[in-house]
Amino acid sequence: MSETPDFGLYLHWPFCAAKCPYCDFNSHVRARIDEALWKQAFLAEIRRVRVETGPRVLKSIFLGGGTPSLMSPELVDALLQASKDAWAWSNDIEITLEANPTSIEAERFAGYRDAGVNRVSLGVQALREKDLRLLGRLHSVEEALQGLQTARDTFERVSFDLIYARQYQTLDQWDAELREALSFDPDHLSLYQLTIEPETAFGKRFDAGALPGLPDEDTGADMYERTQEICEAHGLHAYEVSNHAKTGAESRHNMLYWQQQDWAGIGPGAHGRLTIDEVRYATETHLSPESWLAAVKDQGDGTSVKNTLDRQGQLGELLLLGLRVTDGISTERLARLGWDQNCRAVVSMLDDKFIEIVNDRLCATAKGRPVLNAIISQML
Amino acid sequence: MTPLSNIRNFSIVAHIDHGKSTLADRLIQSTNTVADRDMKEQLLDSMDIERERGITIKANTVRIDYKAADGQDYVLNLIDTPGHVDFAYEVSRSMRAVEGSLLVVDSTQGVEAQTLANVYQAIDADHEIVPVLNKIDLPASEPERVAEQIEDVIGIDATDALLVSAKSGIGIPETLEAIVQRLPAPDGNEDAPLKAMLVDSWYDAYLGVIVLIRVIDGRLKKGEKVKFMSNDSIHHVDRIGVFRPEMENVDSLGPGEIGFLTASIKQVRDTRVGDTITHQRNEVEPLPGFKPAQPVVFCGLFPVDSAEFEDLRDAIEKLALNDASFSFEMETSAALGFGFRCGFLGLLHLEVIRDRIEREYNIELITTAPSVIYHVYMKDGTQIDLHNPADMPDVTLVDHIEEPRIKATILVPDDYLGDVLKLCQDRRGIQLDLTYAGSRAMAVYDLPLNEVVFDFYDRLKSVTKGYASFDYQMEGYRQDNLVKMSVLVNEEPVDALSMMVHRDRAEQRGRAMCEKLKDLIPRHMFKIPIQAAIGGKVIARETLSALRKDVTAKCYGGDATRKKKLLEKQKAGKKKMRQFGKVDIPQEAFISALKMDG
Repeated sequence: MSETPDFGLYLHWPFCAAKCPYCDFNSHVRARIDEALWKQAFLAEIRRVRVETGPRVLKSIFLGGGTPSLMSPELVDALLQASKDAWAWSNDIEITLEANPTSIEAERFAGYRDAGVNRVSLGVQALREKDLRLLGRLHSVEEALQGLQTARDTFERVSFDLIYARQYQTLDQWDAELREALSFDPDHLSLYQLTIEPETAFGKRFDAGALPGLPDEDTGADMYERTQEICEAHGLHAYEVSNHAKTGAESRHNMLYWQQQDWAGIGPGAHGRLTIDEVRYATETHLSPESWLAAVKDQGDGTSVKNTLDRQGQLGELLLLGLRVTDGISTERLARLGWDQNCRAVVSMLDDKFIEIVNDRLCATAKGRPVLNAIISQML
Repeated sequence: MTPLSNIRNFSIVAHIDHGKSTLADRLIQSTNTVADRDMKEQLLDSMDIERERGITIKANTVRIDYKAADGQDYVLNLIDTPGHVDFAYEVSRSMRAVEGSLLVVDSTQGVEAQTLANVYQAIDADHEIVPVLNKIDLPASEPERVAEQIEDVIGIDATDALLVSAKSGIGIPETLEAIVQRLPAPDGNEDAPLKAMLVDSWYDAYLGVIVLIRVIDGRLKKGEKVKFMSNDSIHHVDRIGVFRPEMENVDSLGPGEIGFLTASIKQVRDTRVGDTITHQRNEVEPLPGFKPAQPVVFCGLFPVDSAEFEDLRDAIEKLALNDASFSFEMETSAALGFGFRCGFLGLLHLEVIRDRIEREYNIELITTAPSVIYHVYMKDGTQIDLHNPADMPDVTLVDHIEEPRIKATILVPDDYLGDVLKLCQDRRGIQLDLTYAGSRAMAVYDLPLNEVVFDFYDRLKSVTKGYASFDYQMEGYRQDNLVKMSVLVNEEPVDALSMMVHRDRAEQRGRAMCEKLKDLIPRHMFKIPIQAAIGGKVIARETLSALRKDVTAKCYGGDATRKKKLLEKQKAGKKKMRQFGKVDIPQEAFISALKMDG
């Protein structure tokens, strides 16, 4: 008998003012959005999922996107209220909203706070004007910094994102930019190496040979190493591959994913993982905003995929996500899912110090973490 | 029955793209040999690969009925021949079956290397030659200059050259008249015992082997028993006919006529091109025959998926049924598993066969580096034909090694001559001749075939922006200082990458090879030494550093599903790699590593 997993809720707002060229998330640009219609659909889905999960205690809510800071505070308030009616909120519930740091959006911050949001994650992405243009961002550096200030005045917890290994960026430039970011004394930073995803505007340009100046693998690796050193020296430890926080300031919601707890995914293209009567389910909803709306309205259910995950499937996901966390995965939990500690791949990677077992937890070492994909593909 | 005096047998010789197939199409069309609705471009090229690449691989034949200006009915037999050097043997034997040639030269380009090679074969076969200047409707056409060039370079009279645009149909009636007026009628005696030449043969799934013949003397009728004189085999002729270009049955073929017979023959190998055919009980003086085509370029073909080995065997056997010039034997490689060592007439032939296996039989292949046959003379006086560098005997037992050489003819605008000479020099060439005709230079070089088989033609095209033309003939063997260079990846020898090189170039080639492999092999979780060695001595070394960064930057709730799919896709991609010890080497490395850039 295993203990009941922690439980969180992910709400996906699929709209953006403009699509960024590097982004392969499920985001769409629409001229007009009928908030009333969306509100209805979200509320209906919250009620439906509540029936599926039964009574649970919500540890966190995450409003992601797209750009959820394009929602009106009234809509956010209605969604949060509905979630509170459906499930009990834990006393220390974390409610995060992703926001873009434009001045228009910053004006809504107070409204979000009043609705219950206690943490924001700001898509700052770069502290260099030219790079913001290259990344297709709609805000300026100054606007972003003002947005950051407003956020810190408004919310208990603020994190922001930066993208590095950008076109034409050198190691020294990134070093200086990161130190500048740390000078604002954030307690949480998400630092992502720019990844060229297929089917994005950058992906197409890359394939056509029209995306010059990207750092090579070695420079990317140097930047990653430097990032770890600088953040560590500033008291922000790397608790995950791309996430750095002061102790206690880690994103509790994201830990639900990495530690393979339970979460419900609501909204177009949202994924969920739910344990119901000891069976683990992987759920997905319809990807396009219109087909999701139609499914909710006509069939009373936005779900497009609901698969059970057997032990092997669960083990795969646990390794895939759990090794991203510095703290690693409990070997006892891995063993329960049928993990073989003595298989050749594991033994050889333990010998080569790509992975280690510390205090009954399997972790990627500092040497292993930058090549985690290669490690995981050998373990699966 | 057509009297001998009203038969004309001819071929068309031309450089690739000079309009040979288009001219053939027009001759067929304007004589209503084929109904307009059945007409398609390159009518005589029946294989997909022939149409796609715009080349002719197999000789094809068509019989054209033509009413000439003199009011008489003529039969014109056209044998369309391949233009590429790899298929030169097809040209030479087709030439023996006809009395005349149309020499087609693009009047915007002038004489090219293949024009020369093919026209000399026509001259060797005592052909009457009618020059045809094609594409005269194009603004860049220079018929006078090109006619002069034909006289200067080839040495035949071009004052009465025909002015033609096959594409727009200009000069076609004049060409048909010239065939009748200027080409000779065949000789032959209807009353003499049957003597026919076996010109070519190929396999047809319904009819068995189809034999293309040219009757010299006598008459062949359906139902008769014939003898193939090379092996005294007797065959019952169950069908004879002509090509229009579809097969059309006739009752008999007389002197001077070209047509086909079928006789329930199962394999192309049972027929020998150049053979003499007569009636069962006759004895006639046999024709001189042709030298069979010998493969000169060898490489290994291995299935990417080792489970497809039997399918590959099946495909190769079927292709060989119809191509006696293509040889194969089973080969095992430590690295690549089971496959075949195959011999080809040249690189184009290799590419054509490889494409056909991949396309018609749907088998993905790994092709190892092409090699030539080395004559290895041992100290004990024996001699070995070395087809595969992996089979090189212990060097201490070897006395000396000889390699095949070619005589290469290259025509190039003089602006690019310097680059061409440098390329030939780099490939250990010896200049035999250098002459000019107008603004074009003709360089003749003695070159080692092994320096040419790989990418010489690609390099030549690239240094001359496609303006050079190239042709070659085999010139026998010569001794040189040749050694086997092996390649070690992570200390393990990779036999499929070993090659024969000249000692003086070994270090340079070794370095280039290691550098190439360093780029072609993906980084692994450990560093990998890549070495080139002669015997036990390492002559070049590179180190592929360990993988430093391979981790997904963003991975949240919905990404597990996506990422799992991605890893599965990567695993499928690994199938395209071959494992050597702990190292995965991608397929394309086996070919790409050997291409030389400089």
